[in-house]
Amino acid sequence: MPAASPPAASPSSPSDDDALVAALRARDERAFATLVDRHHAALLRVASLYVRDRAAAEEVVQETWLAVIEGIDRFQARSSLKTWLFRILANRAQTRGQREARSVPFSALAARDADGEEPAVDPARFTAAADRHPGRWAAPPRAWETLPEERLLSQETLGRVAEAIEALPGAQRTVVRLRDVEGWSAAEVAEALEISDGNQRVLLHRGRSKVRQALEDYLGDEAAA
Amino acid sequence: MSLLGRRDVACQELVELATPYLEGTMGRRERARVERHLPGCDGCQAYVEQMRATLRLVGRVEVEAVPEETRAALLTAFRAATRSG
Repeated sequence: MPAASPPAASPSSPSDDDALVAALRARDERAFATLVDRHHAALLRVASLYVRDRAAAEEVVQETWLAVIEGIDRFQARSSLKTWLFRILANRAQTRGQREARSVPFSALAARDADGEEPAVDPARFTAAADRHPGRWAAPPRAWETLPEERLLSQETLGRVAEAIEALPGAQRTVVRLRDVEGWSAAEVAEALEISDGNQRVLLHRGRSKVRQALEDYLGDEAAA
Repeated sequence: MSLLGRRDVACQELVELATPYLEGTMGRRERARVERHLPGCDGCQAYVEQMRATLRLVGRVEVEAVPEETRAALLTAFRAATRSG
């Protein structure tokens, strides 16, 4: 398993961008390496939403990087570098996806994964509507504060969290990874994926709620009341 | 869901508000409703604590590194463009 790279950058500021763009235009190899290290994983994930398999996703991302190399001199900073990068990716991935007859634009995936009713917690855990005090906890969660710290922060627990994220529906998974794993701002996610802020919030809420549930199931009865 | 200022928030509503609450994107009045409810409700306190802990853990999930081969190939392409460009 490859070693983890350093934590991805948090929301990019215009001055970060300016410096990086200038360095890229000056053909500074380290600037390009920085950009690749920062975004390659997220590009792959987003590409995977559009195309059939991992190999196709890798090709799309490769094409994207080549387009960046070729196009950096024309980049006009109307959006952030990150957004520009992900827009190039989205275009290529969609084109490829369409050729493969699997053309679901991310916005449709996002709509699907934000649609309908999806309670954060199983309604059976609350008192019924007809109850004297409806909507109260009937089967409340237990505090994890009583768990030993090592248990909560163990590699095993972290592994379960990672699995829970991977098990999320596509658009929820993407938003949780970009927001919470990679540290992107809400605005950056909405802009790069071309979804509304409201849509993004619903996807994040649903994704996080499911991950919490998976953790609760995993940590189970160990948490004292 | 429209929530009236004075009505107590039910636990089942609160769990749907956990994300904006923790993000700090909630309006003042709604935030006050949540914060009036929490001290008297162990279940919701535990729920909010679990969501906080979940976020901390999700933040520790590692970003995958670029495979060395891929990285090298990309840098080669970058250098090639530099030379011919």
